[in-house]
Amino acid sequence: MGDLTLEQVTENYYDVLRELGNIGAGNAMTALSQMLQCKVDMKVPQVRLLDFTDVGELMGGEEQIMVGVFLGVEGDITGSMMFMVEEKSARHLIQRITMGMMPEGSEFEEMGLSAMKEVGNIITGAYLNSLSTMTNLKIYPTPPALTVDMAGAILSVPAIQFGILGDKILLIQSQFYDEVELDGYFILIPDMESYAKILTALGIPLI
Amino acid sequence: MSEIIKVGMADLKTCVSPNGVTTLGLGSCVGIAVRDPVTKVGGLAHIMLPDSKAIRNSHLNVAKFADTGIVELVNQMEKLGAKRNRMVAKIAGGATMFSFQGGSTAMGQVGLRNVEATKAKLKELKIPILAEDTGANYGRTVIFYPETGEFHIRAVGKPEAII
Repeated sequence: MGDLTLEQVTENYYDVLRELGNIGAGNAMTALSQMLQCKVDMKVPQVRLLDFTDVGELMGGEEQIMVGVFLGVEGDITGSMMFMVEEKSARHLIQRITMGMMPEGSEFEEMGLSAMKEVGNIITGAYLNSLSTMTNLKIYPTPPALTVDMAGAILSVPAIQFGILGDKILLIQSQFYDEVELDGYFILIPDMESYAKILTALGIPLI
Repeated sequence: MSEIIKVGMADLKTCVSPNGVTTLGLGSCVGIAVRDPVTKVGGLAHIMLPDSKAIRNSHLNVAKFADTGIVELVNQMEKLGAKRNRMVAKIAGGATMFSFQGGSTAMGQVGLRNVEATKAKLKELKIPILAEDTGANYGRTVIFYPETGEFHIRAVGKPEAII
């Protein structure tokens, strides 16, 4: 595994992520609709392997304000993961969760941010559970950290970790709908050794 | 008509006054703006990682690392007529975006390490750092004008700063 680049890992890992994208997003949708107590639909999630320079564009520019929830991953595999959602979508979610106590125009107050953390927790938890079920590996999230900032700045965190392997970043783009469209991005960043564990656990031979 | 040239993540660009260079949404990465005040040749590197020697396959993109990126930037500027012994630098970025960042991967302090590696390389090349806006926990957009040496820094919810 020592000399694999992300490009090499990706061939097999891409399919794994696509599967994870489907199951994870399905679980996330169920969890979200329970939390919001309404029906939530989703589009088929897209797995994307992008050059660093193109990621910002996907999210509406590097300066697009987004909410990023970042968690560590522990257990049989280690690494980190991130859930990002556009500021506007985040406000809408917060407004729904707090039952209108946080109007959509208002600033992110402490309560809004902690509601957003909870959403991040639920969505990333849904993905992690799916990965855990697929691989039979024990995977636990650490408590989340949250920030509201420019897409480029938030993305620098996973990009730097992917940067150790190559010049691309791998992410799952999922779109949810309740009354409005919510564009969310899920990024799983296993440590180098954990790629091999995930692939092995799924019975995929290493190159 | 002057033009502002965009520098992506793990990328570098040079320019000659009146043109400028910009990079958007610097997080833990560091933006290194270098200028020769006489020829008004300038450049900006957006590095992601401190050290190319610590990484396999590091030959793929020299602009990704502080050590190789700064050397490449300086070389490209020299091709445009800039002189090394006149060059001065300003740096920004290197934030820690999340209070928890990286967990078991020892990547938590990467912003800080990027800033340290940048300073070490500039010192080695004898390029003085005139100003910096580094660290803290927020992203920065920067624009550099080699004409004046002004380094404009924008952050969410803060007034634009010029260093």
